[in-house]
Amino acid sequence: MVDKKFSFKRMIELYDEMLSVPHRTEIARELRDEDDLFLLLVYSDMLGIPNPAFYYTLELYPYIVEKFHDWHLRMGMEKSPLDGIRCC
Amino acid sequence: MSAIWLALIGFIVFFLGYRFYSKFIAEKIYRLDPNYTTPAHKYKDGVDYVPTNRFVLWGHHFTSVAGAAPIVGPAIAVYWGWLPAFLWVVLGTVFAAGVHDSGTLFLSVRNKGQSVGTLAHKLVGQRAKILFLFIILLLVLMVNAVFAWVIANLFINNPGSVLPVFIQIPLAIWIGYHVYKRSGSMLLPSIAALIVMYGTAVLTSYITPLQINVVEYLGGEGTTSLFGASATEMAFLIWIIILMVYVYIASTLPVWKLLQPRDYINSHQLILGLLILYLGLFVTTPEITAPVTNSAANDTPWFPILFITVACGAISGFHGLVSSGTTSKQLNNEKDVRFVGYLGSVGEGLLALIAIIAVVTFFPTQGDFLGFYSDFDSAGGGLNVFVDGAAVLASGIGIPESVAATIVAVIIVSFAATTLDSSVRLMRYIIAELGLEYNLKSITSKHAATTLAVVSSTILVLLPGDDRGLGSGGYLLWPLFGTSNQLLAGISLLLLAIYLGRKGRNMLPALIPMVFLMFMTLYAMFLQVFTQWAPWAGSSDWLLFILGAIVFVFAIWISLTAISVLINYKKDENLEDVS
Repeated sequence: MVDKKFSFKRMIELYDEMLSVPHRTEIARELRDEDDLFLLLVYSDMLGIPNPAFYYTLELYPYIVEKFHDWHLRMGMEKSPLDGIRCC
Repeated sequence: MSAIWLALIGFIVFFLGYRFYSKFIAEKIYRLDPNYTTPAHKYKDGVDYVPTNRFVLWGHHFTSVAGAAPIVGPAIAVYWGWLPAFLWVVLGTVFAAGVHDSGTLFLSVRNKGQSVGTLAHKLVGQRAKILFLFIILLLVLMVNAVFAWVIANLFINNPGSVLPVFIQIPLAIWIGYHVYKRSGSMLLPSIAALIVMYGTAVLTSYITPLQINVVEYLGGEGTTSLFGASATEMAFLIWIIILMVYVYIASTLPVWKLLQPRDYINSHQLILGLLILYLGLFVTTPEITAPVTNSAANDTPWFPILFITVACGAISGFHGLVSSGTTSKQLNNEKDVRFVGYLGSVGEGLLALIAIIAVVTFFPTQGDFLGFYSDFDSAGGGLNVFVDGAAVLASGIGIPESVAATIVAVIIVSFAATTLDSSVRLMRYIIAELGLEYNLKSITSKHAATTLAVVSSTILVLLPGDDRGLGSGGYLLWPLFGTSNQLLAGISLLLLAIYLGRKGRNMLPALIPMVFLMFMTLYAMFLQVFTQWAPWAGSSDWLLFILGAIVFVFAIWISLTAISVLINYKKDENLEDVS
């Protein structure tokens, strides 16, 4: 009985997953776009765009530096645009 | 003969095709390697490249490729009797579509998940890529025109379906926001949306004032409306303009807002629809009233026109775009190519099969069938027969026929509307890309490209016509849609053959369907362009003549490219990624 219930539940889960594959991709892409904009704001001072909140955004540096390499690739820059971060 | 036999024979052939032929292809031709690192693992980024369970991926692939086209084509093709359409759907799926769909998936997986367009550039050269872009442009242009006509036609013949279809739009937008803002599951909201839609369909089936019957508003069938056009012609014009305005707005929105939630609801509809129809078939066990072959069908020869009338359902180049566009980036293991690609095309074959069954069992007698399908032009109305035939099948499980007809129309319109949305979107990208290629900056912006796409599609659906007047363009364009779809499949099969040839493998499983398709396309276009649409054949339809001639030239171009590439290719057994 327990097995039956599990398998039905699993079936519904599979079905739901089946239909939501493209939405998962699109929502992830949309959220990544938002993230990319946020990263641009955070890195703006380093890129030469004055940012009055730089003092605070600098605090986020340890959290975002790992994403830097993927970010600059997505932004169409093949090499790291910042001298300070030599990821590639 | 009972129609159950058709379904059973179809099932058995599909099963044997999967069990033996696809095994042969997977093991001996593609030599799928379970240890190969697929792009989903190699470039895993949580967005495009995500390793996905093969059942999930199959479901996604199937729901992306299945739409209204595998219903419309077979519903027209039964004009020559049920046997030719049945054989082409079943054998085409097993020997052509299965190889094509799994082949493009395999090719893309072996090449970093790149799309067929990019692979054409790499394997053949820049000319092939431009050719490919133009053929897709032509295909999406046909899709826009034909599907706008399909929807307008169903709205006019089933006015009860209008309200449920329009209710789907705000519901889909709501679901889109629900998932985006709250990352909630789509399952329950989408089932609720479906219940609301079908509930509305039940109401509109019984309450006449809720049916948006534009023909009636204009004074009813047979009356002359504005500018000397009949009420039906005017209704076509009104619906097509409304649809084009809708599609302009829909295709410029981000996909997650409207297109994808709609797709999600449509996937429920597809699965539910297929289940109900096959279940209804086994409950009602209807007799086939259509003839095996129609000896009276002399005005249009089945050979070769059948093979361009049924594209989706037998083989469709569009599937290669999905295989190589998204599915290949999510394949967990290369072994899954067989399951996802081959069975994806079998799913489409099953849809085409039930479309044939619904149409050939609908008429009470053979005389009625022959009366309706009296000539090839009348066969263009086969879609309406499918709606009624499917309603009879659904009535077998207790759904009243009038309600079932409205729901079937809603399902087809929903499929066609999302296809319209994606194809206008695709057309916009291609126009922008061609604009960049030829330095035409003005057409690269979103709104300029969309305007160009929508206006050209509107012109295409409204301009050609015969004595049935405005709105008959769709009937005439259908074979051209099938042809461009086949040409696309021809290119993909050519790429697959080249890849297999260079690897020193047997390329015949890809080459034979490719040669078959190119021959049929060339022959069919030659017949239609030079003996029907040409000015010297007494036709004044310049647009059809020009379009047909363009398709004919493309077909010759691909055939010549294929011959030159296949003569000159070099073997390279170590070829891994095509460079």
